[in-house]
Amino acid sequence: MIKHITCTVCPLSCEITLEIGENNEIISLTGNRCNRGKVYATKEHTAPERTLTTTVRVRGGVHPLLPVRTDQPIPKGKLKEAMLATAQLEVEAPVKMGTVIVENFLDLGVNLVASRDLERG
Amino acid sequence: MRKMDVDVAVIGGGPAGLAAALAARRGGAAKVLIIERNHELGGILQQCIHHGFGLHRFKAELTGPEYAQRFINEVRETDIDVLLETMVLEVSNQRTIYAVNSREGMLEISAKAIVLAMGCRERTRGALRIPGRRPAGIFSAGTAQRYINIDGYIPGKKAVILGSGDIGLIMARRLTLEGAKVEAVVEILPYAAGLARNVVQCLEDFGIPLILQSTVIEVHGDERLEAVTIAQVDEQWKPIPGTERTIECDTLLLSVGLIPENELSNGAGVQLDPITNGPKVDDTMMTSIPGIFACGNVLHVHDLVDNVSKEAERAGSFAAQYALQQLPAAARRVKVTAGENIRYVVPHEVSLDIPVEFFMRVQKPQEDVVLDVGGLRSVKEQFVKPSEMLNITLTPEVLSQLSGDTLTVRIVSPKEAGRQ
Repeated sequence: MIKHITCTVCPLSCEITLEIGENNEIISLTGNRCNRGKVYATKEHTAPERTLTTTVRVRGGVHPLLPVRTDQPIPKGKLKEAMLATAQLEVEAPVKMGTVIVENFLDLGVNLVASRDLERG
Repeated sequence: MRKMDVDVAVIGGGPAGLAAALAARRGGAAKVLIIERNHELGGILQQCIHHGFGLHRFKAELTGPEYAQRFINEVRETDIDVLLETMVLEVSNQRTIYAVNSREGMLEISAKAIVLAMGCRERTRGALRIPGRRPAGIFSAGTAQRYINIDGYIPGKKAVILGSGDIGLIMARRLTLEGAKVEAVVEILPYAAGLARNVVQCLEDFGIPLILQSTVIEVHGDERLEAVTIAQVDEQWKPIPGTERTIECDTLLLSVGLIPENELSNGAGVQLDPITNGPKVDDTMMTSIPGIFACGNVLHVHDLVDNVSKEAERAGSFAAQYALQQLPAAARRVKVTAGENIRYVVPHEVSLDIPVEFFMRVQKPQEDVVLDVGGLRSVKEQFVKPSEMLNITLTPEVLSQLSGDTLTVRIVSPKEAGRQ
């Protein structure tokens, strides 16, 4: 089977072609212009991951929401569950960028962190 | 009226303004002032909560707020003055700025140099001339982004997005993650306008259809949007009869282009480029008015903030030199022109004395081509398209080999490039 993956590591957006064997193994990988592309396409085929960026509610801040992110990518299939989990969260201002909002988020071994300073309003 | 004297005044506290102010201060300008109309610094980055910023500059995938915070923290460590919630009303060609805020009323700021960093705004439905009634539920994509990411409102439950630029793609994902249904992203061009990574991560990941060579021709609904009619378009972007189809939705987001915000530049008499809608600048980023510089999206709309920061640092450091009367007059002036398959080039004029980073966009997509700058330097490009800005740097050593008084930037085939 032939599988096409658009590399998203950098704006060059290489079109990588993978030849996939019967046991889902990669037989060949072409079209990448650097090693990062190879790593990305391999990962994208075997266990795709995404960084989640969203917001959580904040009490007493200059804005009602605090932007947050996972500090590492999480499995693509976990995005919905992660969104439902962040919808339950509320933090108190002030917050500093990098503050861990949830440690070991959803037991995925990643942290949910604040992505800006948010002063009291 | 409060009067202030500064060395460098920067109008706008977004990514361009922040980087320009820092560079001006580092460049030796003692009194640097940032004037920002919002209640906080960071500009539009504060609502761009997705990641992917700073790959070039920081070798990391930062979110918009994180990218902004790094610069804001740096500004805070300096003695750069910041006036928040302050609106600039007028800039004179003598470098006097009239501004207003609710604490001090009118302000008159005399600056030895000014950096214009006001950014851009979104094109609206009016600019597209979409006929129909005016129901609630039609937003520019950036407005919807602000509602969702900063104010905490979801603009609707079922959306169609017109325009596949990066903001449109990002909003398709954002709406989906927040529980809305995105029925389609509709694009008039035969290809996605945004970055491929956004097509993958914002549309393909969620199974959102991208409908190419099509546009919205009618909106339906009285109080609230109920549906839109889309149709395929021909090469002249005219709707093809018989291809109409109606999509039920309560929300239409428009992601159809950005326009540099140049009311102040115009008022000052700064010459604008009709293609970029931004000021014409030389290789020091100085506009047609001495001592007034421009950078970032007010100059031309960028796709990467990393490039904005770099360009702004250039503007800021030359603004400082100008303020300190250390900017030497150029001995020679060479016009930069857009040749084959080049829509525009910034800067518009170069002196050949200093290194120049040229930024340009192509008119149409092409594969396996060579970007050629005046026959002086060329680089191979595997793929060029209008939505991805190109850049190339030339050193004074290379530039000084130019004969004639124009420098033409072109996209040529590898064969032609060899014949230079």
